Amino acid sequence: MSVTDPAQTDLGYTDPNPRRETPWSRSQVIVTPVVSVLLALTVGGLLILIQGVNPLTAYWVLFSSALGDVDGLVTVMEKSTPLILTGLAFTVGLRTGLFNIGAQGQLLVGAIGAAWAGYNFQMPAIIHLPFAIAFGILCGAAWASIAGVLRAYRSVSEVITTIMLNAVAIALVDYLASKPLQEPDQPLTRTPPVADTAALPEFGVIPSGFVIALFVSLFFGWFLARTTQGFRFNTVGLNPSAANYAGIGVKKTIFLAMAVSGALAGMGGAVETLGITGRFEPTFNAGLGFDGITIALLARANPIATIPAALLVGTMRAGAASLQFQTGIEPEVVDVILALTLLFVAAPIVGRMLFRKRAMKQASFSSGWGGA
Amino acid sequence: MRARYAYTLTIAILAGIVVAFVFDENRTVSVLSFSLRYAVPLILAAMVGIICERSGIINIGIEGQMLMSAFAGFFGAAITGNLILGTMIGVGTGMIMGAFLATGAVTWKMDQIIAGVIINIIATGLTSFFYSQGYVLPAITPKLRIPVLADIPLVGPVLFDNGLFTYAALLTAVLLWVLLFKTIWGLRTRSVGEKPGSADTSGINVQRTRFWNVTLAGGLAGLAGAYLSIEAASTFERGLTAGRGFTALAIMIFGAWNPIGALGAALFFGLANGLASQLQADEVIDIPQQFINMLPYILTIVLLAIVSGRVKPPAAVGKPYEKE
Repeated sequence: MSVTDPAQTDLGYTDPNPRRETPWSRSQVIVTPVVSVLLALTVGGLLILIQGVNPLTAYWVLFSSALGDVDGLVTVMEKSTPLILTGLAFTVGLRTGLFNIGAQGQLLVGAIGAAWAGYNFQMPAIIHLPFAIAFGILCGAAWASIAGVLRAYRSVSEVITTIMLNAVAIALVDYLASKPLQEPDQPLTRTPPVADTAALPEFGVIPSGFVIALFVSLFFGWFLARTTQGFRFNTVGLNPSAANYAGIGVKKTIFLAMAVSGALAGMGGAVETLGITGRFEPTFNAGLGFDGITIALLARANPIATIPAALLVGTMRAGAASLQFQTGIEPEVVDVILALTLLFVAAPIVGRMLFRKRAMKQASFSSGWGGA
Repeated sequence: MRARYAYTLTIAILAGIVVAFVFDENRTVSVLSFSLRYAVPLILAAMVGIICERSGIINIGIEGQMLMSAFAGFFGAAITGNLILGTMIGVGTGMIMGAFLATGAVTWKMDQIIAGVIINIIATGLTSFFYSQGYVLPAITPKLRIPVLADIPLVGPVLFDNGLFTYAALLTAVLLWVLLFKTIWGLRTRSVGEKPGSADTSGINVQRTRFWNVTLAGGLAGLAGAYLSIEAASTFERGLTAGRGFTALAIMIFGAWNPIGALGAALFFGLANGLASQLQADEVIDIPQQFINMLPYILTIVLLAIVSGRVKPPAAVGKPYEKE
């Protein structure tokens, strides 16, 4: 374990030394993400302009189709649900000083796990539904634990292993959905539909998965701020050697944080499968994991702030299809806008522009490969 | 990896190749050629990682840099009708992407992994957004057969009858080794990556060294991308790089941040894939295609678990330099 300089791990959510100036004041925490999003939309607007479409028209279509009616709002909630959970997955890792780039893979494994538990068993709904969700969570946690064990006990960088595990997961679920878990007598690469007893219900029009995700966010807000285990996560993230000195089992904490992170991503996959898609199909959940990174950083690693950040991203994702349908703009423009948002949030551009602080301390989470 | 193991493994593999060659000449040559072609972008991309990390900057955006360059290189070549011009456009694009990372990670002192992730997401988004079908290359890339040397059995057809990119990749690895360990530039680069404070004290401009190294390394990522779209695939598809930029990082670690070590590791990766494909084609083994696709990634994870703790990254990697 190498020493991480506390000055470099400052994320603005906890101040390890009260006498030192907090780099992000309250107003900055809110203003910076908002300005970042607006800047990203402006640059994205230029891309849309190049394609010969008025950016204002395009953005009107993008947001009005998502927020204009009940159907649109339901879609936004559906799209946001796994995003809240993958955002939380990245947040929990980040707070413990881990880069879980593997939410995508963990989500896929969780999704197919939940699908299998959902179609393979006959039980009353009161047991079946929790069981299917729990199984998805377990699959995600197990998948992340591979990277967790390697990081904690073999000092292998979780950045590389989670990226590799993403690729392995993509191939693995494709195999599973095309051979052992394939729907019988169908040529498609997909599992059978989950049983009605395992499907997530709706509260009126509100998908219950969305409600679950909201509660999970609140839970983790409480967990990270108010519990002993949450304190361990934060301490290891801020300064592993201090944590070690204070008697916290750093390796165990790192392993646990990685498993929890994977559990959240797996839950995202489970909720998506049981609530929205109703079965597992490999093409359903592309790219959700990377959005989690953008969301976590927009929310500055705060579990509660993950909700509005995920709703914003979910809105853009929900409107992307209408955008293509009505204006002919490729939906990938949303990817570019989100990447630019990430850039503006993570880079000191906006902070400097707004607050004219010459030496804004930048958040730095990485401390190298291997032995770090 | 300890040198002893590396030598033993290398000798064992070479012996295996010679034995295979005695039994089946054509098949051995074809497996080895396939392996080398597979290794070319990995070698180049691993060199990008080595230059960056030896300078103290983590480059997780190699994948995105390659993807953008593959895109720009292919469409550049198709539109201008000139392969060389297309390759140069690819390399230039790689350098722009390198400068992008350098600006974020060096000038702005951003978190380096986030900066790399941003490059990957932007590259995926932009190349998909601007992707269009119906373009073809003006010609196929020529092969350069080196006279005399190409007539040596086994070694000749494998090593000396290739496209220009292959020679460039092999030369780059050797050249980078010389540059890193035998020149002033190399000494400065390594000092900036190991102990930037001392480098600064001795008069080296840490920020400038890092900035230019990361930018120039981007050019190599550009070459790797151009190889993929112009020579290997002769087309551009979404997600063409298929994770090679990430595999290259593992190869860099496996090669202990040494260009020659990484060259060996990349060739080993290529060989593992070449063998798996051949065995699959010969129906000696019957593994679902998805497991063949997983192979390089699983190999990476296993190798990392084995070598971790035995190789050490440059001491200052990942840390922005703050003047005291």
